[in-house]
Amino acid sequence: MATDEMSLARLESGLDALEHSEARPPTRAQRAWLATWPKLAAVGLVLLFWQVVVWSGWKPKYVLPGPAPVFSRLRKDLVNGDLLDATAVTLRRAFVDFAIALVIGTVLGVAVARSRVLRSAIGSMLSGLQTMPSIAWFPFAILLFQLSERAILFVVVLGAAPSIANGIVAGIDHTPPILLRAGRVLGARGFASLRHVVLPAALPSFVSGLKQGWAFAWRSLMAGELLVVIGHVQSLGTRLDFARQNADAEGLLSTMVVILAIGIVVDALVFGKLELIVRRRYGLVDAASGA
Amino acid sequence: MSFTPARTAVHTAPAADPTASAPQPAIALRNVSKRFGAVQALDNVTIDVERGEFVCLIGASGCGKSTLLNLIAALDLPSRGTVTVSAERPTLLFQEAALFPWLSARGNVELPLKLRKMPKAQRRVESDRLLATVRLEGFENRRPHELSGGMRQRVALARALAQQPELLLMDEPFGALDAMTRDVLHDELERIWQATGLTVVFVTHNVREAVRLGDRVVLLSSRPGRVVDEQRVDVPRPRRIESHDVADRAAALTDRLREEVRRHGDR
Repeated sequence: MATDEMSLARLESGLDALEHSEARPPTRAQRAWLATWPKLAAVGLVLLFWQVVVWSGWKPKYVLPGPAPVFSRLRKDLVNGDLLDATAVTLRRAFVDFAIALVIGTVLGVAVARSRVLRSAIGSMLSGLQTMPSIAWFPFAILLFQLSERAILFVVVLGAAPSIANGIVAGIDHTPPILLRAGRVLGARGFASLRHVVLPAALPSFVSGLKQGWAFAWRSLMAGELLVVIGHVQSLGTRLDFARQNADAEGLLSTMVVILAIGIVVDALVFGKLELIVRRRYGLVDAASGA
Repeated sequence: MSFTPARTAVHTAPAADPTASAPQPAIALRNVSKRFGAVQALDNVTIDVERGEFVCLIGASGCGKSTLLNLIAALDLPSRGTVTVSAERPTLLFQEAALFPWLSARGNVELPLKLRKMPKAQRRVESDRLLATVRLEGFENRRPHELSGGMRQRVALARALAQQPELLLMDEPFGALDAMTRDVLHDELERIWQATGLTVVFVTHNVREAVRLGDRVVLLSSRPGRVVDEQRVDVPRPRRIESHDVADRAAALTDRLREEVRRHGDR
């Protein structure tokens, strides 16, 4: 009997070992390079295209300057601090407003997913809200809050919160029934079920909602900064507007580069990364392909 | 395993006879019927399961095997008859391991402990012990997707054992596994059952598996589910699924099962 025990244990660990022949994963540097070079190549192509259009003489240089003068202008504005101050104002708004949208969207999402009444009342409105272009809210927001931070906040939250709420609702709705059953069998009921089963199951969808919410928030914020000019506070949006008024094409394009760069960096490095970590943790990415 | 005085849970349908009381089997089903709308899933089923007994339920599709387990687990109520479960803390294992993908093997095993408010240090000791019971030392921190199907079922078994059940209900738990892994898990389950004195009700459509594992095999007919045969398996343990004793008894039961299925074709 004792030897039977031993041989069963060995048979079992043999089977386990066979299931786990691990291929050597690529090194960190290899992975980084694999992930980076296509992006660098894409940026290079865009800059090349831009330069070619400038060379073609389609528009005069004071309307459409090439990449070189725009980037040297960008460096100059960064060094003298104007651009940094404006960027700081915009990023602070982005951070605060998105955080508020996050709280509101999360609470709303959980409430709608858990309450039948709320769902039939405002469930479809959440998707409907997303189709409303955020810039169309601004005249109303300005009427309500005048030219103030609150007008911008109002529109950013209206833009981002529905995406975040929808992400949670979708995640909760798609909790695999077998996990709910398993949770119930293990003794998770009511709030314990929400905390230990439903919300963790909804996390990947929630993160996708955050990512989409960020895109909406950033767009709404830029629209807001163009329309809602508050006193002498400089932001990325006001810089765009002043540059246009002064026919300062280099200043305009260098600001646009910053706006684009922030949008992409936050999307890819913050939310993209977060999404990948969660999906990998949940076994939703193939280990071999998830670079 | 600690034995608290058995608290008896009776799930009774309104029209049932509440005086039916046996000398304390782990499970007593008395004239149990279950109807889902127009479908009669179970019809007048009476089964007793003794404490520490390993009973296998077999039957073709539509014999109400899963319905029966749900009734015993109190996830559902009978339409008629009584279900009396005196074994404490019954727990249920499914065909899928149903592990939580966001938790490691250890996290999964510790969840029922956490729900019972066991302190963290103690949880850790307990999950180590349970994972060792299913021989998964060294895999504590793997996530479900990093484990094979057989390993996932073992984690699910450890998680079920964490509830300190006196009754283990298993709904075709090895149905999705390859033959060799299933074979090993039979040995493992038999060993754990013998070591713990659990009562096990094991549902399967694999006759050999039923004979390999059960002290007793109960054969159910389909649509509606009725008990048509019951056989004690007197093959000494540990058994092997390839042995002649197991094969012979399985062949006899398979014939009986086919006869049942044929009746449906005759209609």
